[in-house]
Formats: sequence, structure tokens, C-alpha cells
Amino acid sequence: MAAAAPPLKDELDIVIPTIRNLDFLEMWRPFFQPYHLIIVQDGDPSKTIKVPDGFDYELYNRNDINKILGPRSSCISFKDSACRCFGYMVSKKKYIFTIDDDCFVANDPSGKQINALEQHIKNLLCPSTPLFFNTLYDPFREGADFVRGYPFSLREGVPTAVSHGLWLNIPDYDAPTQLVKPRERNSRYVDAVLTIPKGTLFPMCGMNLAFDRDLIGPAMYFGLMGDGQPIGRYDDMWAGWCIKVICDHLGLGVKTGLPYIWHSKASNPFVNLKKEYKGIFWQEEIIPFFQSATLSKDSTTVQKCYLELSKQVEEKLGKVDPYFVKLADAMETWIQAWDELNPTKAN
Amino acid sequence: MRNPPTLLSLTIDSALINFSTISDLSFVPEHILLELFVRTLKAGKLNEKILKLFVATGKEEILSVIESLNIQHILVPVLPTRKLFHDEVDIVIGALQPDLTSFMEQWRPFFSRFHLIIVQDPDLKGELKIPEGFNLNLYTKSDIDKVVGSSSNAISFSGYSCRYFGYLMSRNKYIISIDDDCIPAKNSNGEPIDAISQHIINLTTPATPFFFNTLYDPFCEGADFVRGYPFSLRSGVECGLSCGLWLNLADYDAPTQSLKPDLKNSRYVDAVLTVPARTMLPVSGINISFNNELVGPALLPAFRLAKEGKVRWETVEDIWTGMCVKVVCDHLRLGVKSGLPYVWRQERGNAVESLKKEWEGVKLMEDVVPFFQSVRLSESAVTAEDCVVEIASSVKEHLGPLNPTFAHAAETMVEWIKLWKRLRAN
Repeated sequence: MAAAAPPLKDELDIVIPTIRNLDFLEMWRPFFQPYHLIIVQDGDPSKTIKVPDGFDYELYNRNDINKILGPRSSCISFKDSACRCFGYMVSKKKYIFTIDDDCFVANDPSGKQINALEQHIKNLLCPSTPLFFNTLYDPFREGADFVRGYPFSLREGVPTAVSHGLWLNIPDYDAPTQLVKPRERNSRYVDAVLTIPKGTLFPMCGMNLAFDRDLIGPAMYFGLMGDGQPIGRYDDMWAGWCIKVICDHLGLGVKTGLPYIWHSKASNPFVNLKKEYKGIFWQEEIIPFFQSATLSKDSTTVQKCYLELSKQVEEKLGKVDPYFVKLADAMETWIQAWDELNPTKAN
Repeated sequence: MRNPPTLLSLTIDSALINFSTISDLSFVPEHILLELFVRTLKAGKLNEKILKLFVATGKEEILSVIESLNIQHILVPVLPTRKLFHDEVDIVIGALQPDLTSFMEQWRPFFSRFHLIIVQDPDLKGELKIPEGFNLNLYTKSDIDKVVGSSSNAISFSGYSCRYFGYLMSRNKYIISIDDDCIPAKNSNGEPIDAISQHIINLTTPATPFFFNTLYDPFCEGADFVRGYPFSLRSGVECGLSCGLWLNLADYDAPTQSLKPDLKNSRYVDAVLTVPARTMLPVSGINISFNNELVGPALLPAFRLAKEGKVRWETVEDIWTGMCVKVVCDHLRLGVKSGLPYVWRQERGNAVESLKKEWEGVKLMEDVVPFFQSVRLSESAVTAEDCVVEIASSVKEHLGPLNPTFAHAAETMVEWIKLWKRLRAN
């Protein structure tokens, strides 16, 4: 048992979407037990999902979501792990860590178990450096620093909004890649955390992710996926593109790299292909849209940025497919729901 | 009058030419067979197949000649040479110290296949000590003076800048350059790391500057593009520059190393990644490589501090040059990679002493970085030379007024391109 109190014990919620069971929590128990869990149960609400004993948690199924949000519950996906963002909305904490129920504790090259949560917290609590690339990666990590040539005026960094972790074993490939390389496993432990530079987009995976709710929470909407929607497996991607544009605009940082978790389950690539199919084509339009998206100076809060972005989505991506008009609408609904559940203390 | 050739010798000539059509030599009388064998050897045409033909005759004399000459079958198949790029690579070393023996011996396993260009710092007096057994060209002050001629007033090749003369002399496609106080780093098994091979891999595989791949280099074994990476961007672009890293003495500036004298880099990060387009970075000259054909002219000696020194703490010339190269690469849609390989950097000099002597470089970065972050080149700049000329003009206009070092850098860049073009025109 660690001598020090678990960091941010009362300031962090762990959000877990699940449709099956929560057996994976047993392995995480030493690391997660001090923290509060928010379980978002997807699928059939009449099913009971057993939470292992000893965890402090709240659990929401579809009935709960409908009750709490009323008509606004339309923005929360059904039969897709995108529903997890409901957990972000109802949380009252400053920080969120979200993890999939097929992700386990990984070992570092020395064989030691990796406390992923602790690393995410370290990432979030120290600054990011999006304005200039440091060749020795995160300069705030022990044993590293800014290299020669790095201007001193940029060494303070900016607040970190998001910490994006990686996965050993089953890599997060799309369906076509999975089909071509069904046996490929990620066994490379890259001992680095780095800030994704300003102006650069990245594919954000929701399997092992942490963020500062106060800084970026309202932008972490995971979109309309799953049942009744033409697309799946793009929930986290969508959120990732949105948050990156907004973080760049607001001067916040996004980190990627450590910690690693062990991803144990490879989903069926044919099922995945059906879900992703439209996304693979749409992303060719979506990416240039986000790469060129600019927000006005008046958008000074995350909500304002997000709403401005939603209008641009409707205007520019609506032409690609009517789905984006629906999505833009859902983005607005999400913000309304967020603001209602999270009234600001000021004014 | 010359004696006409005999019928026998004409026959043997004909046999030599048509060996590929001969499948059996057993009918040939032994003395003729011997003559044929000797002539085959003289013509340099003895290969595995032909040797087998001779051996198959079973003739004793032939077999004993083969034995006495110790001709052996090649048991291990000669594999076709993997594209090792031997003759497309130059390793350029700027010699700032007089005795390169230890340096070269440590790198020998990895250098020996390649052509080396060693340039002696013109300020370094005396003859360099270089061990035998390398394929190299050595250039000294007199060579520099001869080649560069009158423009040597503007361009200084002293100190770390001496290597740029080596770049100028190179006619190869890829150039790799390592500081002479670095030796091969060791991997977790204690084996020395082949930094040269890794640089070549970096330069010859695509870069991906337009979208970040969270699993880093998608072209390395065991990795790929992740979910969400647009397919249209997956072919990547050519890599213009590869920046390696350093274990032990990292490339920190003097203030940082003075503040933390015991800070050594012991973290081996097993990744190569592409630095995204429009993202600037501090390029360290300690361990780099580049595609000379694509970006060669942009690797230039231009930015000299007033008290420019012979340790990396007393220079930022490589940082300046690196940013020029990044701007050029971004404009020409080429990639810049950073990460592996690591070299082991030995300790040299004293950070505190350097800081006392030269701290201006650190201060000048405050102007340099914002400038390079915002400089934009015109559509008509389609080569590295064009780009450098435009950057120089922009430096003169925007940075020149701030400090004479910048104005001088702009002039030197223009001179450099003139020199480059003049030498390439021959």
C-alpha cells in the first residue's frame, strides 16, 4: 500500500462504459479503489451489471439517462461506448479518467505493473508545450529538460487539458488494417510523454484517456454513434478533433504517450468494418474541415467554442451527409444539457 | 609479321564466349581441358556453374590444379546486396579535435562500409590523427581557401561550421553527420547501436507531417497507422531531415546544464516520429542526417555568435540552420523526423564556464523562434535554393534591424547559395 494518499482522490472520477461486465476492475483494484467510479451501462437497462465489492460508484443505465436528461437524452448514443460521455456530464469532479472494460494493467519493460491513473495525473498536473517541439519529449518529466535552442519565454508551458494514453498488445487499428494484419501486436514500449503541437490534429482513442473537466469538459462530446446512426467507432475520433481545435484556440495542451494499458480484446474486424465504413470516406472531408477550422476571438469559453464549431459543422459538413446536420444539432443539445447539469457558479 | 592464332586457341576463345551453352566437358581431352581452365581463370570467368563443369569431368589433373589453387565452392550463398545505399551516403565529420583515433575506432564497424568526408576545423593547427582502413577524403584549411576563394570573407567555416564544407564537397544523396565527441550508444543488451543504419532508414522511409500518428512511426516493424488516420495521408512524403538524440550528455543549453550539473539523459525512447508541418523544433547538429538532393542547400553555416566557441554550449548555429531546413521542408512538403538513433555523447568542457563566456545565443532565440514560426515562402520557391534566398531576404528585413548577427546571417545565406550554385555548375 502506498504511503502517500492517492493523488487527486477526491477530485477525480473514473468513467467506465460497459455492456457486459466489470470483471476487469479486479485487476485494477489496487489502483482504482480509492477513487469514485461512474459506470455508464449501455444496452438493455433491465440487465443488472454487478460492480465488484468495495468500489464507491454510481451507475447509470438508459432509463436513468432518459430520466435525467429528458428530451435532451437524444444526444447520448445508444449501443455504443460513446454513451460514456454522459458520465463526464454528470460528474462533479475536476478530472476524469476513462477506460474501456477490456483494458487491463500492463507491465513496463522491467516487469513492474503500470499505474496508468497515476501517470495520467502526472501528465495533467504539469504543463504542456504545444508551441515549440522539445526533442527530448516532456521536459517536465524527471530526468529530462528543455533542450538547447528552446526559448526561455516558452518554457512555462500551458495548462494540460488532455492526457492520451496508449495500448500494448491489441493496437487500436481500423478495420481494414485489422483485416490485413490480424496478428500484429503492439509490443513496443515507448518511454515518452509528449505534447501534440499546436495546429496538429491526431486520432484520439477513448480507451485510456484522462482530461480536466474544468478546462475542456464540454467539448468531450462523443457524438451520435451506434443504434440508429450510420456510423460507429468514430466517437472518440470526433471528440478528439473537436477538443484539439478548441485547445489550440484557448491555449491548452494535449499530451500523448505514457501510460500504457494492456488491451486484451480484438473486436471483430468485419463488424468493425460495417460500423466504420462511412467514417473511412467521411474522414477525408472531416479532416480538412478541422484542419482549417478557425474560431472567433469572442469564443472565450469551451461552450462558446463548441457551439461555434457546431455551426461550422452544420454549414460545411452538412453538405457531405445529412448525418452531420443531425450531429451539429446534437452538439448543441449536449451543450444545453451540460450547462443545465453544470451551472457555473459565477453570474 | 604476327603469328596467326592457332585453331586450338580460336576454339578455346569460342568456348569461353559460349560457356553458357556448354553443359558437359567430359569429352574434352585432358590437355585441352587444362588449357581451357587456365584461360577461363585468366579471363576472370570462373564462376560456380563453370567450376562444377570442370569438376564433373573427374579428370585428375584438373582436380589437382583446382586443389592447389585452393579454389573453393561458395557454401554460403552470396545474397544479393540489400539496398544498403553504400554509394549514396557520405558520412561527414567536422574535426574539432586533433586526434580522431578513438572516435573513428569506436565507429569503425558502422562507418567502414561508407565513404567519409572529414573536414578539419581551419582553426585547428597541425595534422589530424586518423586511423587507417577508411575510405575517406580529408579537407583542411587550404582546401577550403582554394575552393571557396573570395567568398570566404562572408562565410566562416571555423569551428562546428567546418562540416558544411564537407556537405559542399559531397555529391552523394544522403549525408550523415555526427559530432566528434560522440560514440555509439549501447542498447539494453550492451551492444553498440548502429546509428548510421537508423539514419538511413529514417531518410529512406516516408514521413507523415500532416497528421499525427499516436503509435509514432507507422512504417517501422510492428507498427502501423492507427484508427482515425485518414487514408489519403498514409503514403506519406519524403523525409528531408532526420534528427537523432543523445544519451549521457544531452544537448541542453549552458544555463540548464549549469543549474543541473548532474542531469544526464539515460532514457532510451524507442521511437522515431515525424515533427508535424508548421511545428518548429530546435535541431541539434550533434547527430543528424539529411537528403542532400532535396534540402542540401539549406544546411548552411550562417549564424555565428560574437563569441562563437568550440563546444555546443557556445553556439546556436545548428539551431538556426535546423529552423531554415524545417521551413524549407514544410514549404516543399517534405518531412522532418526526430527520435532514434541515439549516440553516446561524451563529456567535454564546462557548462558554467561556457555560460560566463557566451550567453547571447540563449537570448537571441527569443527573436529567432517567433520569426521562423511565422515566415512564409512564396509559391514560386520550388527548390531548396529558392527557399533559402527568400528566407534570407526575410531575415534581413525583419531580424536584421534587431541585431547585427541577424543581418550578417542573411548576407551569409545569400553568399552560401551563390557558392553552392557555382560549385554545382561545374
